[in-house]
Parts: sequence; C-alpha cells; structure tokens
Amino acid sequence: MLEIKNLHVSVEGKEILSGLYLTVNAGEVHAIMGPNGTGKSTLAAVIAGNEAYDVTEGEIIYKGKNLLELSIEDRAREGVFLGFQYPVEIPGVSMTNFMRTAIDEIREYRGQEPLSAGAFLKYMKEKKELVEMHAKLNNRSVNQGFSGGEKKKNEIFQMAMLEPTLSFLDETDSGLDIDALRIVAKGVTALKSPDNATVVITHYQRLLDYIVPDFVHVMYDGKIVKTGDRSLALELEENGYDWIKKELEAKK
Amino acid sequence: MSNKAKEIAINLKQDLLKKIDGNIKAKSNSEQAWLEKLRKDARAEFDLLGFPTVKLEAWRKTNLKSYLERKFDVNAIDKDLSSSEANTALMCEANKYDTDLYTQYNGHWMKGADGVTTYDNGTIVCPMSIAINIFSELVEPHFGKYAIDKGNALTALNTADFVEGYFVYVPDNVEHDRSLQMVNLIDSDNNIFANMRNLVVLGKNSKLRMLHCDDSVSENNCFINNITEISIADGAKLDLYKLQNKDNESVVITSTFVEQGADSNFASNTIILNGGLVKNDTKVLLNGRGANADVIGLYLMDGHQLVDNHVHITHAVSNCTSNQLFKGIVDEYAHSVFNGHTLVAKDAQQTLAFQNNNNIQLTKTSKIDTNPFLEIYADDVKCSHGATVGQLDTAAMFYIMQRGICERNAKMLLMLAFVGQVIDKIELPNLRASMTELVGKRLKGELSSCDQCSITCAEPDKPIHFEIDMSKV
Repeated sequence: MLEIKNLHVSVEGKEILSGLYLTVNAGEVHAIMGPNGTGKSTLAAVIAGNEAYDVTEGEIIYKGKNLLELSIEDRAREGVFLGFQYPVEIPGVSMTNFMRTAIDEIREYRGQEPLSAGAFLKYMKEKKELVEMHAKLNNRSVNQGFSGGEKKKNEIFQMAMLEPTLSFLDETDSGLDIDALRIVAKGVTALKSPDNATVVITHYQRLLDYIVPDFVHVMYDGKIVKTGDRSLALELEENGYDWIKKELEAKK
Repeated sequence: MSNKAKEIAINLKQDLLKKIDGNIKAKSNSEQAWLEKLRKDARAEFDLLGFPTVKLEAWRKTNLKSYLERKFDVNAIDKDLSSSEANTALMCEANKYDTDLYTQYNGHWMKGADGVTTYDNGTIVCPMSIAINIFSELVEPHFGKYAIDKGNALTALNTADFVEGYFVYVPDNVEHDRSLQMVNLIDSDNNIFANMRNLVVLGKNSKLRMLHCDDSVSENNCFINNITEISIADGAKLDLYKLQNKDNESVVITSTFVEQGADSNFASNTIILNGGLVKNDTKVLLNGRGANADVIGLYLMDGHQLVDNHVHITHAVSNCTSNQLFKGIVDEYAHSVFNGHTLVAKDAQQTLAFQNNNNIQLTKTSKIDTNPFLEIYADDVKCSHGATVGQLDTAAMFYIMQRGICERNAKMLLMLAFVGQVIDKIELPNLRASMTELVGKRLKGELSSCDQCSITCAEPDKPIHFEIDMSKV
C-alpha cells in the first residue's frame, strides 16, 4: 500500500529526514518510536502534504501512485489520514459543517452520490458511538474549547467518519489519561480492517498494550534504524534508546 | 487636479447654496417656523465650513476631494416608478424578509395614497416631508436635537437641504411586532446629489426592529448624504440592521445619531457588501443608567472602494455598557478605515465598554487603517480595545484540507467563520439566512448587483464588476 524509498526532507535548508525507507501493507499496524527530534512528526506531515517541508530526494508510492504529486486534499480523498499531534482550533466552523463538506467532497471525488442531510446525520451518530464520543458536536466549532482528551478523541472520530485506508496517528496518546487512552485505542482497533493500515507514532509502550502492532520501528537521526516486533517496544520501555545509539556508533 | 475639476468642486458648493436659498424662499409661507430657522442656521454653517477636508481629524483617512470633483446635477428631478411596478417590487421583497417594506426610489416615497401608515397600535411610518407638517408636535422635540456635530459641514448641509426621508414613531409601551424595512434605492439617469433625513422615535418601554437598505444600480455619479436621528426612551429597544450594496460609482455617507434613556437597548448591525465610497458614522449618547449599545458591522471591499466606519459612543452616566465590533475583508486596492471612540465621562462609573476591529487583508495593495480609541475620565470601569490585521491561518488551512476539502472551500469555511461572528448576531431568521448566503456569494464573486435590489426589472443580473479573488487569500 505504501512504499517509501530513500526519503530526504528538509525545512529551511536543514535536513530532517535523511534516507528513510518504510513499507506498509494493507491490514498491518505499524508503530514508530524514537527519541524527540528524530523526524517522526516530519514523516507524518510529509505524507499528508504539508508544504512547509521540502522533499529533496526519494519517493513515496501509495496505492501505485506517486503520492508526492498529489495535492493535500487529493491525498486525503485517496484515503490518507493524519491524526494531528496538536489538533487545530477553528472558531466559527462547526464540526457538522466541517465533516459535511469533507464527506461531500470525498464522495464526489470517488464518484459516489452525495449523502442526504438525514443520512449524513445518522452516519455521524453511528461513528460517534463507535468511538465513544459523547460530547455534543452539532453546534460546536472544530476543536474550540475541547479538552486535550476530547481533541484526540475528535481526531479518531474524524478518522471513523472518513474511513481512510492509511492513517498516520501522530502522538495521539500524548496528554491522555488512561481512560481516554483506552477509548482512543479501542476506536483505532474497531476501525482496523484487512483493507486498511495504521501507523502510530508514539513515545510510550503503553499505547501498544491496546493497539497491538505488527511492526515496531525505531527512528533516529532521520532514518528508521531498527525494526522488530512488539517485543522491541518492550525492550525500549525497559532500556531506553541508549543501547540503540551505541549499536549504531559501533557499526560506524 | 485639473482646472476643470477644481471648477466643478467649487461650483458644487455654490449650486447647493443656490438651491437651498431657492427652497427656503419658495417655502417661506408653508414651512414650519422651527424648521425654517434650523435650515437658515445650517445653511450659514455649511457656507462657512465648506466640504470637509483631510485636515479634519474625522476625515484624515477619507479624502472626499476626488469624489466632489465629479459632476453632479443638484437640481435633477428623477423618474418615478409607476405604482404597478412599485407594487410588484413591494410584494417580492416583503415576502423575502417578512417585513413591512417602505421604499424611497430616487428619493420618492412609494407607499400609501398620502404616504402615511398608522398601525393599530399607534405606530406611525411616514415620509419626512409630510411628518414635519402633520406630526410637527412629535417631530419638533427631536429634530436636530441629536445630530449635533459642530464643525461637520455635511450635517449642516443635510439639515439645510433635505427634502425627504422617513419618520417612524412608536408610542410608549408598544412592542411593534412587524419589522420595518426602509429601502433607499437609487436608479437614476442623472448624476444625483441627495440629502436625506430620517427620524426614529421610540417611546418608553417600546420595541422596534428595522432594516435599513441603501441600494443603487445606477452607473451615474451619485452622492447620498443620509442622516438618521434616533431617540430611544427609557426601557425601549431598537434593533437596526443596515445593509449597503451600492454600485462602484456611488458615494454614500450615513450618519446615525442616537440618544438613549435608562435601561434602553440599541443594537446596530451594518453589513457593507459593496460601494464606491461608504462612510458610516454612528454616534451614541448613553444618557440613562443601565443603557446598552451594541454597534457592530461587517465590510467586504475590493477594487478601489473605500469604506470608513466611525463609531463614537459616549458614556455620560454610570452603569452603561457598550460593545463595538467591526470585521472586514479587504482585497485588491480597496481601503478600509475604522475609527472607534469611546468616551467615558467623569461620573460614568461601572462602565463596561469594548471595542474590536478585525481585518483580513488579501493583497499588499489594499490598505487598512484602524484606530480604536478609549477616552476615560472615570476610575471604576472595565474597558478594552483591540485591532488586528492578518491573513488566514495556515495551520487551520492545512488541517481542513487534510480532511479532503479543497483549498477554495477551505478558505471559504475560514472566511465565513471570520464574518460569522457578526452575521450570527442578526436576530431576524430570514435576514440572517439571506445575509449568510449573500456574504457567501460575495466572497465567491457570485453576487450580482440585483441580489439586493428591491425593484424587479427587465434585466435581471446585470454584469457585475466586483469579485474577491480567492486565489489571493
């Protein structure tokens, strides 16, 4: 589904990603871990099409297409979803209107008939229940006045609404208490299918107790330097990242 | 400036003075004595002051010179509409907002045989030219009492020269449930220069909702100098919506002077969609404890348009509140000016006063001047002021587009959200829905000059010459 080869990315002339390789197949859950400032969020932003980042080398093939040639919105319409680390507050834009506009445009792109107002509201209600989102959304502005936990739940709710094929969840667990974490993880698990894939970026092993990954990658210095299964995450939890750094230096 | 233009500007003042003198003389036997005196004094003041120049603080950013150098025919007598045409127009608009419609077409009043409407509850709506005679005892105590603006030549000119306008009177304790819609439509074959004068009097504990529309579809020069005096007695409430959709050749200057009694409420919401030069002055005197004034507005300008909103609120006594909020989107070479002045007198303790002006500037060639200003002489008050000029939030744009929404619609969502704060305060549901639609159309560049016109004509959707270019947001 996703194949990233030799990806180099810089911001204002400074290289953040320096030769990253990653392959994600349908039905898989990947976790990307690693110390701060190693480029995890940059990777997610580049996948989504954030124009603040310059791709200087390499390629990203998604569902057989050159992802880097697609606009931000076309990537989303092709099924790419980014769960934001810091969801943006948009005063004056209601959640309903926001989701309605998004669903309308995505359906049009895919050649589907538009949903009627009634069908849309019913769909929205179902998805709210799926992710255990109890907050009233109808008249609320996007993320405005939401607590940290509500904002993250709202990301998962939007993910449920848009039914993406490839989701990058950027530190969706940070700032969540254990109950909120469980709900978020439950939502992600409920949305899992043989046709879609999820990449979670996280600092902590505890999220992986709930979202069981098929692969765990460690990012360091703009590259994926180690890949393993779930036990790698437990090892990192126990021993930190220093042993990986030492391993890398020994190789040099 | 060419000599020719200079000559036209000088002649305009002389033409106006000549016209005023002629009218005063012609009416010397018929005009009310009190009005004749007001007119004579005002004529002398206008003669002394001449048209305002940028040397005056209130006009520092808004230069009338080039507009006054255009050709005007001050004596133009304009076409009237046949009553059948008028009736069609009235039907269509009245249904739209569910209001009672009163239209002035090129300055002609168009409703009722004698022009006077008296409702069962005692509320009166009447052309000013008639009101000054048959309702003199209701008009005289208020006329010219609030429009006191020493040194403002346009106020003096209006008093000296006005012919028509509207008079609205709501008796004590009457809550008038029908909203009144006052349309001032210019569709002239001449280059007209018109002074219009309105008076609205609300008795104690009365209630009224009004929609005031300034429209024009003319392609000739047009200069409208419109004054509205408003008296809101103790416990009364007035909601005033102003909608301005003028063509690019139009100059419209409206001055609204309000005096409020104790526990009264004044809410004014001005929406400016288009106009060559639009200047709105709103002066409010909070003169009774517990009075509240909300003066808010929205402007969407492009081309070489100039919009100037000037709000002056005086807290003369204690325990009053006021709130100013103006928002604008300015494109191309347009220029917006906001002047907010809140004066809190020495004994006006427990005052709450807020001012805000927020702008989105779409091009480097557009210009925004904003000047929120507080002048406070009391010590126990809560006042704030602020102004912003900025572009759309790029983080929000990315977030919206990541959900599959195209750039154009993402911008539209953000711009509608920006202006929503003003539109959402409109309490007439039909009007609010229609404003949301109009502003949306305006932002998409789909608004036609016919959209707000109250006259149905043979050429719907005349070509339009304004558009906010979305690619420049």
